[in-house]
Amino acid sequence: MAGMSSKRLQKELSKIQGTLPPGITLVSAPDLREWTMDISIIDNPIYPPHETYRMRFSFSPSYPIEAPEVVFVACTSPERKIPLHPHIYSNGIICLDLLDSQGWSPVHNVESVCISIQSMLAGNSKAERPPGDAEFVRSNRQRPRDINFLYHDPKRAFAGGIVF
Amino acid sequence: MALTDPGRYITSGGQLSNCLARPPRSHFLSLIHRHTFSRCTTQPEFNRATGCFVIDEAAASTSTTPPLTRKRKLDTTTTSAPPTSATAGAEPVRKASKTKQKQVEQVEAALPATPQTLVSDKPMDSDDEVNSVISSDEFGGDADSSVGDVEDFGADDSDVDFDDLPEHDNFETQEKDLKPRKKAFEVDHKVYSPEDIQRQQDDQVAEVSTLLEQPHEDTAILLRYARWNKEKLIEQYMDGQEEVLDKAGLGQDVQKSPPRIETIDGFMCDICCEDGPGLQSLAMKCGHRFCVDCYRQYLDQKIRGEGEAARIKCPGDGCNRVVDAKSLDLLVRTDLTDRYHQLLMRTYVDDKENLKWCPSPNCVYAIECGVKKRDLTRIVPTVQCDCKHSFCFGCTLADHQPCPCALVKLWLKKCADDSETANWISANTKECPKCHSTIEKNGGCNHMTCRKCRNEFCWMCMGVWSEHGTSWYNCNRFEERSGIDARDTQARSRQSLERYLHYYNRYANHEQSARLDKDIFHKTEKKMTLLQSASNMSWIEVQFLEEASQALQRCRQILKWTYAFAYYLARNNETEIFEDNQKNLELAVEDLSEMFEKPTDQLSGLKVEMMDKTTFCNRRRIIVLDDTAKRLKDGVWEFNVDLNKPV
Repeated sequence: MAGMSSKRLQKELSKIQGTLPPGITLVSAPDLREWTMDISIIDNPIYPPHETYRMRFSFSPSYPIEAPEVVFVACTSPERKIPLHPHIYSNGIICLDLLDSQGWSPVHNVESVCISIQSMLAGNSKAERPPGDAEFVRSNRQRPRDINFLYHDPKRAFAGGIVF
Repeated sequence: MALTDPGRYITSGGQLSNCLARPPRSHFLSLIHRHTFSRCTTQPEFNRATGCFVIDEAAASTSTTPPLTRKRKLDTTTTSAPPTSATAGAEPVRKASKTKQKQVEQVEAALPATPQTLVSDKPMDSDDEVNSVISSDEFGGDADSSVGDVEDFGADDSDVDFDDLPEHDNFETQEKDLKPRKKAFEVDHKVYSPEDIQRQQDDQVAEVSTLLEQPHEDTAILLRYARWNKEKLIEQYMDGQEEVLDKAGLGQDVQKSPPRIETIDGFMCDICCEDGPGLQSLAMKCGHRFCVDCYRQYLDQKIRGEGEAARIKCPGDGCNRVVDAKSLDLLVRTDLTDRYHQLLMRTYVDDKENLKWCPSPNCVYAIECGVKKRDLTRIVPTVQCDCKHSFCFGCTLADHQPCPCALVKLWLKKCADDSETANWISANTKECPKCHSTIEKNGGCNHMTCRKCRNEFCWMCMGVWSEHGTSWYNCNRFEERSGIDARDTQARSRQSLERYLHYYNRYANHEQSARLDKDIFHKTEKKMTLLQSASNMSWIEVQFLEEASQALQRCRQILKWTYAFAYYLARNNETEIFEDNQKNLELAVEDLSEMFEKPTDQLSGLKVEMMDKTTFCNRRRIIVLDDTAKRLKDGVWEFNVDLNKPV
């Protein structure tokens, strides 16, 4: 049903254009395939309040049955960096069970994903990259949804590790 | 003492005959008083080593009465007869025991002694000792049950034990016990069709359903959660109903009525944000309501896309509720429910340790076998599916008797990887002492000139060539320690390589020959028709060719694996017996193979000979398998690798 994702995204968009929680802003939603969102973190010294991080949401036609693909993107104007986090690789790929078919629920939406990632960053105490980051970034050719992430806590936690 | 090593066999009859053969009569008398006499004479003896009954023919011939009556008769003799008659009666028994001992010795020559704990080799002089030996033997329970404990490979649901020893010495069962026994390399198994498996599941669901007073579909979810361990489920359920229901994905009911498709005013689906009037929706007992279209798409994605069935959860965020079969039936079309049930069946078989799918392509059957994973170091559970494919229940690889799974894994890995390349290099090459390039000497004198660095050195001592002075082409320099060591390592590598190649070549040869034999097998039918027209034989009469061909293939299959097995076998006396058996089988197979390839016109003349050879091959095959399996079970084999170590 191709109409399903567009109808749902239309609704989400109109809601997002109205109100969004603090620190989350919609950058652009040119079509119903790819949206860009900015988030900033309050109350965590690792992430200075003036720094903002950009995320790209890509939706497949079977969204929301299927999870969207969410990655951090870096750019120069305006300057956006990839946040330092033990579950975010330096190429922007996020290891988060929420974005995997196992942890995803069709009830989630762009807003709730943003809130989850925001709180994941806010609660972080380690200013570091995941183990094996350099190797992963160099060798990974897969799309995020095809990577076999290994979640240390299968329930809710953001975990580390990849199963190759 | 005339009898050698009387304690080797613990079987009851032999035991007693040991006592009888020894001079002090008083022991014998005390024995009569304490025990029924019957066990020492005609009772067929179950020989644990051979897995069959040894009948004491000498003793049996003295008796014409059936065992039961004989027992009673002897009982009365022992209780009522005066000591003299009892001692007189002991004479034939004693003779009998000697013949029996001979038999036992013969068997012993071919087979290993069974492990035993009770009898020592020293003569037993006191009544107490006789008594203690007899009592533990007579009542069998202790000795046998300890063995049975270890050797119990029996299927859970099957009534035949892997090692079904006549524990209770039930004389009435003698007739049954005399039937040809299951060989040590055979294992009980059952083949189930998908319908059987479905029925099995349904039966279990129905049974547990009445016990737990839960509807069928919920019971099925509970059982799947408990991996079909009924007892554990019931126990857990009784301990904490709420907790089990919650964990299984059946907790937190907010509505009591069974789920159905409804139209509710003012409902908006959280997935598609649709809120039009007349929107059909469904909510399971967790209360999370979604529209039917979204639900369908969700289920389709889970079942077809992700191959999920047993634990499809409610689409609601964080909801643990598992979608039950009834709700699913309400929502999706039959093609999807078929797939769903197929997946459920798959998880059922995967969850049960005693069930495995036949690995043959397109085969729908599953096999039940009671052999557990931990037993795999002591048994090679080969099962045959109804599709004729025989495979190992332990690792699902094609039949690899007599080689245990762990060795098969090691061997296949070794054959596939390059571990022997390094050995070849170290066995056949040396390094240039200057630039360390690897050099293979392929002829010529000892004066080597490295092509890379132009270093001139002596192949023998690896020293600089210029120091050799006049002793050209013949190194007689003093042997340095390092030189000797280097040669030792080289010799070791060479030996290891040669050893591997020895076994590998034979393994590969049988594999290839089996393939060729298979080609021949396909030609056999043509051959049979030819033979039929060439001679005056009927179709039935030329069947011997097919039998020969089948025997060839089976034997080669086994021979192949005996070489992998032998590669890992530590060298001892057992190995020699094994190699003898292997050699005998191989000779028989090669003979038969040769005959099989003879031109058709000669075949009819060879019929009898070929039939004999076929039978002989099959017999040798059984001997190899039986003997190997028995020793494996008894833990007699010594391997140069650890079977328990994961590869």
